[in-house]
Amino acid sequence: MITRCIIRKNAYYDSVFLMRVAKRISGQKGILEAAALMGTEKNKELLSDIGMAGPEISSVRPNDLIIAIRAEDEEPLSAVFENIDHWLNESQGQAGTIPCRTLEEALTHLPHSNLAVISVPGQYASREARKALEHGLNVFLFSDNVSVEDELSLKGFAREKGLIVMGPDCGTAIINGIGVGFSNAVRRGPIGVIGSSGTGIQEFTTLVHHFGSGISHAIGTGSRDLSDAIGGITFLSSIEVLDSDRETRVIALLSKPPGPLALQNLIHRIIQCRKPIVTCFLGPKQDPDDANLRYRKARTLDDAASLAVQIATNNPSPRLEDRSFKFQELINRERIHKSPEQKYIRGIFAGGTFCYQAQQILQDAGIMVHSNLPLEGNSKLRSPLLSVEHTLIDMGSDEFTSGRPHPMIDAGLRYERILAEAKDPQVSILLLDFILGLNASPDPAGELLPAIAEARGQTRKQGGSLSVIASVCGTENDPQNIQRQVKALEEAGVVVFSSSAKAARFCGFLVTGCPEESSVR
Amino acid sequence: MSDKLKDLLQNGPIAINIGIFDFAETLKIQGVEVIHLNWSPPAGGDPELIELLDQLL
Amino acid sequence: MNDIKQKIDMANAEAVKRINEADPVLVDIAPAGEVIPGLKDRMVLHSGPPVTWPNMCGAQRGAMIGAVLFENWAGSVDEASRLLENGIIRFEPNHHHQAVGPMAGTISPSMPVWVVENRTFGNRAFCRQVEGRQQFGDYSDSALEGLRQWRDIWALSLRKGLLGMGGLELRPIIAKALTMGDELHNRPVAASSLFANGLVGPMLEAGVEKGHLLSTINYITKHELLFLGLSMAAGKASVDPAAGIEYSAVVIAMARNGTEFGIRVSGLGEEWFTASSPRINGLYFPGYTEKDAGADMGDSAITETAGWGGLVLAGATGILSLVGGTPEEALAYSKEMRQITVTMSSSYRMPVFGFQGAPLGIDMRKVVQTGITPIIDTAIAHRNPGYSIIGAGLVRAPMECFKKALLRFGQKYGVK
Repeated sequence: MITRCIIRKNAYYDSVFLMRVAKRISGQKGILEAAALMGTEKNKELLSDIGMAGPEISSVRPNDLIIAIRAEDEEPLSAVFENIDHWLNESQGQAGTIPCRTLEEALTHLPHSNLAVISVPGQYASREARKALEHGLNVFLFSDNVSVEDELSLKGFAREKGLIVMGPDCGTAIINGIGVGFSNAVRRGPIGVIGSSGTGIQEFTTLVHHFGSGISHAIGTGSRDLSDAIGGITFLSSIEVLDSDRETRVIALLSKPPGPLALQNLIHRIIQCRKPIVTCFLGPKQDPDDANLRYRKARTLDDAASLAVQIATNNPSPRLEDRSFKFQELINRERIHKSPEQKYIRGIFAGGTFCYQAQQILQDAGIMVHSNLPLEGNSKLRSPLLSVEHTLIDMGSDEFTSGRPHPMIDAGLRYERILAEAKDPQVSILLLDFILGLNASPDPAGELLPAIAEARGQTRKQGGSLSVIASVCGTENDPQNIQRQVKALEEAGVVVFSSSAKAARFCGFLVTGCPEESSVR
Repeated sequence: MSDKLKDLLQNGPIAINIGIFDFAETLKIQGVEVIHLNWSPPAGGDPELIELLDQLL
Repeated sequence: MNDIKQKIDMANAEAVKRINEADPVLVDIAPAGEVIPGLKDRMVLHSGPPVTWPNMCGAQRGAMIGAVLFENWAGSVDEASRLLENGIIRFEPNHHHQAVGPMAGTISPSMPVWVVENRTFGNRAFCRQVEGRQQFGDYSDSALEGLRQWRDIWALSLRKGLLGMGGLELRPIIAKALTMGDELHNRPVAASSLFANGLVGPMLEAGVEKGHLLSTINYITKHELLFLGLSMAAGKASVDPAAGIEYSAVVIAMARNGTEFGIRVSGLGEEWFTASSPRINGLYFPGYTEKDAGADMGDSAITETAGWGGLVLAGATGILSLVGGTPEEALAYSKEMRQITVTMSSSYRMPVFGFQGAPLGIDMRKVVQTGITPIIDTAIAHRNPGYSIIGAGLVRAPMECFKKALLRFGQKYGVK
């Protein structure tokens, strides 16, 4: 052990500053104790108390700096003393800032804010949303598990204040070309869209983009907005603002079928709207439209996008070119090598609307399925973990996502499920969706390819052949790049379609037999 | 209709993000002015205190 | 906005208005027993909420023993302990007597205290002398010698000068010091110096005897923490008129006795809401480490209550090291404090904030809501009796105090 000190004459330093210097020196390897202080009588006593004394210390004056160090041996001690200016001059700590913790504080920094994006856990979401509304902010409410009462009260309050609440459970919006939440890089254009589901909006906007047109604004409303309990408050405000928006020429409304009261409100508003309106209310087949209908109805998201583009651009129905192969060939190719017991479709979805729309398409084709979120007429799975016969699962529903990341962000949940499905020898077709865009997984296809390969191998081992049918929702401008995603999937033997509706329809054909080629678009 | 809603559509979002950090980041990379709040549950998540706060603050 | 929220906001506005209007003036330096209401013979006041002898922390016990010896109520440490233990010497919190004291905070009758009058409201507050030994629990004779010199020489000389000049306004000194790198709690260097400047002339003029004069000048010009006693008394005098405003959620006292941390809230009368005294995140003098440290102690958090101390760290360039070393960190603390306060001071401004006012009026609702508790600058005492100061650091007021206060607030004002 070795003790030594350095004296610097007339070198004033603040005492607290010196304490921090001493603390940092003490933290060095081989240093047992370090003191850095001014040479006051009191400080000299302190030093002698810890056995650091001597003639050189007793002669220092109050304006002199003392650095005294006790070390294990010479090396660490001289390392510090040879570089004493380093210890005295080094900038202390990291430049850290404590970020805003309250809305009020944030508003002092950004007083012109017009939107609060809220994604806190459901039980806290209402109060944060209300506070934002009180401060005159529009609200994008991603959080789910918000009660109907709270939703109604928030939307009522927003309406009073002339604001809008997108959500709860709102995943997507595109405002003036800016994507909020899960959204794709789509062209700007004349079509405004209001939708109750995030993936519905994503599919619609990307299809409009692929059809060569673009989006003015896309407004999410949350899944319950057109229920009778809420009465379509956000839909109505959105129609109003899009009706007066200069860029918007056509307005598309996407939702599950509205409640009867909400539908009345909606129709009342549609009648006043100066712009053409296209609706797509996904659900079971309904009565034929009456002749006085003031809006154009589409059965699927593809039809809605196509219809909207047609009206907005005055062009005949746009058509998306899929792969150049012949459908029949493709069906034949997928059907060979099947074992006799392979019968069923298993749809493992990241997007809830894709799961729902696929059920509708299969139901229209006469195929009843089981689901954790069944379409009217389909049966509810007894356990969401266990598929039976034809099963379509929304892996983004609460029972899967509480405490786990959503499958659009992390493929883990779907990965396991795909492997589980492949172990069932009756499974013939795997139907998947891949959703690109902001905030989605950086490589949705890549994350699942190993599971797809393993599942196909498993089926081969069981003497069959697994068809994997997929759609990719996205554009060439998305961070994940749709071409690369499609290519990776096709190289792995996946049959990829440009829309979820097409993928579902193709699955139907695989099950029911040869389609009329003309009915496939 | 309020100017605030029109303003949102005409000028695009100026946002305060409360919750998922990535939502703020993806707005930022699109050139949006955004502040991310370092949010934590009020009153440490104590329901009784939260209810009180709702009435008092 | 509902009725009760409105009432609270109005009551809070009234509370901070009163604090803003305060005009603290040093009017006297007098023996505590002569000026502090209810301080009787054989009684010692202490810092923090009420505490019993068995629960009292080591440093405060040491300081109590020191005070008893200083008053000559006992001839030995053992005897002093016995008198305290048996209740023959009574002790009560400073805050119950319009007083505050640093660290252990002990005030005994013959100890001269700063007497600060709030000229706007006419109330008075008292604080004892700040030193580095007895108030930390050191009861050695050399520690007590400092108290004797204060009693017999320094306080008398200062009093003579002060009375001759007719009192000293503290608001200008505080306002200047805040622009000179002080935060008036751990760092009152500039204020101490300004104070000394102000007193030397009047002491000369009042004819203080030369030996005493030199000794006193030597004391006040070398004692960098001198003004802490004054900023504490000024803080107490400024905040007290904001007490007892129905519906106000403004914190009007934060005090610690080394065992418990307690707060009082304007609209909740005299009740203390307490939690265990927190540990301090600190820097230590040579020979000491956090293992030696006692828990947080002292009435000095009255400076934060009044809107100085930790709340104005951003401007306290002199103690940047205490907060980690960078201006950004210090700035962040003050910005954070603005999120739990009612308003900004109109009297005390911070150059680094473009001369915006210091954060003022801690609203206990906002503390619970945000999870941000007040940040307090503090010194560190030893866990055992008999030691001087061993370090300095930062501490957060415990959330539990604020939660308890909020619950009581709900009960008192009939909110379910």
